[in-house]
Amino acid sequence: MPEPSKSLLSVRDLRIQATSYPPGEAPKRITIVDGVSFDLEKGKVLGLIGESGAGKSTIGLAALAYGRGGAEITGGEVNLNGTNILALGKGGIAKLRGARVCYVAQSAAAAFNPAHKLGDQVIEASVKHGLMTKDEALKRALYLFRVLGLPDPETFGKRFPHQVSGGQLQRAMTAMALCPSPELIVFDEPTTALDVTTQIDVLAAIKHAIEETHTAALYITHDLAVVAQISDDIMVLRHGKTVEYGSVQQIIEAPQQDYTRALVNVRQATRKEAPDQSRPLLVVDDVSAQYSNGFKVLHNVSLHLCKGQTLAVVGESGSGKSTLARVITGLLPPSEGKVTFEGETLTPALKNRSRDELRRIQLIYQMADTAMNPRQTVRDIIGRPLTFYDGLRGAAKTARVKELLEQIEMGTGFVDRYPAELSGGQKQRVAIARALAARPELILCDEPTSALDPLVAEGILKLLMKLQEEQQLSYIFITHDIAIVRAIADSVAVMHRGRLVRFGPKSQALSPPFDDYTDLLLKSVPEMKLGWLEQVLTTRRMESAGN
Amino acid sequence: MMRLRDIPVTAWVGIFGILLAIFCALFAPWVAPYGETQVVGDVWQEADARFFFGLDNLGRDILSRLIFGARTTLFVAFAATFISFSLGIVLSFIAAVTGGLVDTVFSRFNDLMMSIPTLIFALVVLAVLPQHILILIVVMAVLDSTRVYRLGRAVALDVAVMEFVEAARLRGEGTTWIIFREILPNTLSPLLAEFGLRFAFAILFLSTLSFLGLGIQPPTADWGGMVKDNKDGIIFGIAAALVPGTAIAALCICVNLVVDWLLKRTSSLKGGRGDA
Repeated sequence: MPEPSKSLLSVRDLRIQATSYPPGEAPKRITIVDGVSFDLEKGKVLGLIGESGAGKSTIGLAALAYGRGGAEITGGEVNLNGTNILALGKGGIAKLRGARVCYVAQSAAAAFNPAHKLGDQVIEASVKHGLMTKDEALKRALYLFRVLGLPDPETFGKRFPHQVSGGQLQRAMTAMALCPSPELIVFDEPTTALDVTTQIDVLAAIKHAIEETHTAALYITHDLAVVAQISDDIMVLRHGKTVEYGSVQQIIEAPQQDYTRALVNVRQATRKEAPDQSRPLLVVDDVSAQYSNGFKVLHNVSLHLCKGQTLAVVGESGSGKSTLARVITGLLPPSEGKVTFEGETLTPALKNRSRDELRRIQLIYQMADTAMNPRQTVRDIIGRPLTFYDGLRGAAKTARVKELLEQIEMGTGFVDRYPAELSGGQKQRVAIARALAARPELILCDEPTSALDPLVAEGILKLLMKLQEEQQLSYIFITHDIAIVRAIADSVAVMHRGRLVRFGPKSQALSPPFDDYTDLLLKSVPEMKLGWLEQVLTTRRMESAGN
Repeated sequence: MMRLRDIPVTAWVGIFGILLAIFCALFAPWVAPYGETQVVGDVWQEADARFFFGLDNLGRDILSRLIFGARTTLFVAFAATFISFSLGIVLSFIAAVTGGLVDTVFSRFNDLMMSIPTLIFALVVLAVLPQHILILIVVMAVLDSTRVYRLGRAVALDVAVMEFVEAARLRGEGTTWIIFREILPNTLSPLLAEFGLRFAFAILFLSTLSFLGLGIQPPTADWGGMVKDNKDGIIFGIAAALVPGTAIAALCICVNLVVDWLLKRTSSLKGGRGDA
């Protein structure tokens, strides 16, 4: 760990508080960040990692002397090159932000002004702060576009934000942050919203640019595997307090705290692949689907799933994996082909399906927040399918609701809670209970864990696997996370641009020889070991040289 | 579930005002010191110990007429607003949930109704139809429901695309369940706010119609009509018209105080959709 005197950024005993207004109660003072200290040297990267609510973004913004949404910095020091920036006046802070300290937000698509060209936005801060003339700034932007590996760096700045892809936009935002040659950059989950295959490019570009420009950086993420590739030091945060702080090597290879160990070892749960996959429960037979405007989103997809097994559908956003689920549920009737369930053809359109057909196939959504009516209690949410399909009422219904709550490992004390009074993981559990209440045979899980923190997601996966064993449930598990696929699937379907590129039992689908896309997808998933990024990049370089 | 001491003071004021008006309406013959149409003194006689608010343009006691007027004004305004909301909400939610042709037909018909000035429409229809208080209420309600429809459709469309509505459809729920159980509870906040406003408009619309001779027929007292009867007095510095005017304003404020409180309750209710 560096000496405080030598370090560029030195945070001492940082304390950030906010006032919360819980409904029906008196306002409460809550502490978001408590007693956090760290040092960062020039040219080094510190990774801040933790689940949502750990205070990592709040710390990142404190490095810009900024408190978001009513958060107040109430104690401690943030020293940048020996000056406490928290003591600076308004003018001093304005000179600091966008010149000496820059910020890269999670969603570049939302952070760029759609009405201005990218180039103008990239150089705006540098010119406004009087750090360079417009010509100098344009030259630097061109240099940065090259370093970040953007296509056609000469003309890239002339494009509008909607004309480039998400990954390119994220790199453009990095260029914007690097343009004024800041001493420190704060990256706030820059790759979280990107697909894995894009994420790797952006990660490589950021890493290269940091090395090239000798800027120090704070890298905020919830993904330990990502931060391991890019940081020199890591600080693990939980509930606003430091859990563990050390070098990357120490954190990844020899974590001291239980919480860190749990993070490093997440997704150890594995399911043995079912040996017999010959008698299918659900068969998707040569299905194509299109929107009402004629846009075709699925092209001749055929796959099947056996009773009591899990089919994982993998692909990037826009690959048609959610559309496949919509076709099976009947929300989007197929334009060609058919879906059979236990040997009988499923009615294509939702509104023509019988109640029993509807009951047997249930869906779990990615966002449990929006999938439950905020004005119904847990009892109403879980109880409705019981009344609707089985005619349960009164005491019998309440008893069954409580039984279901036990099954999803939540206490019966939650019966009268509203969704807003539950945590993210609890909400997803209630959504699972709602699906179970219908006594389904097949549950479609549309990314049920991707909005959750890793440890919570692990709990949900374990619950789903336990339920599968107890009740012989079949799952279609839609995800973009290969690690989950490895853990829980029996068979795997890889989708790309509306087509099925690979389908088979897990052992076959995830072992070579691969098609190009599956190969790229598998190699892009960050692994929790040091030097993984370099390895992949070297292999890629060798392959392209070989071609 | 709800405790009395959780009700804020402003809401108590509103509740008290509304209860007072309802009390007056129910027990008018016993509460009022004089008869509704009884002439008890000179035209526009000043207020004194016998006549609390003075006398009106025909020498009738203003306080008594105010108390009797609460009957018609409250009944017509509440009934018209209630019917217009029921009609507007049901039709707009059906349009939003069903979409397609139903939505188009309902919405364009609504546009058609709104394109005709409300007052002229009401005058024509009321002139043709027999003069009866129920017909008056229905005409006011139908005309007002076009506004409710527009708001209802806009807020319902927002909620209808949420995943919990999709989940209800996947379960196989019918339109009625989706409208009343899934969408309505999540759109109450803006609709309640609109109710407070529409109620005030209903009182004013009623008085406008009375003014033009197509609303409440004299000698029956109603607050809007009382303003009209006594408006000429203002020129001579006689405040008689201001008394029923103040009563209308006070009732509207009371209704809105209660609505504001309900609004806060529904929007802050565990996981409401924010302070709409």
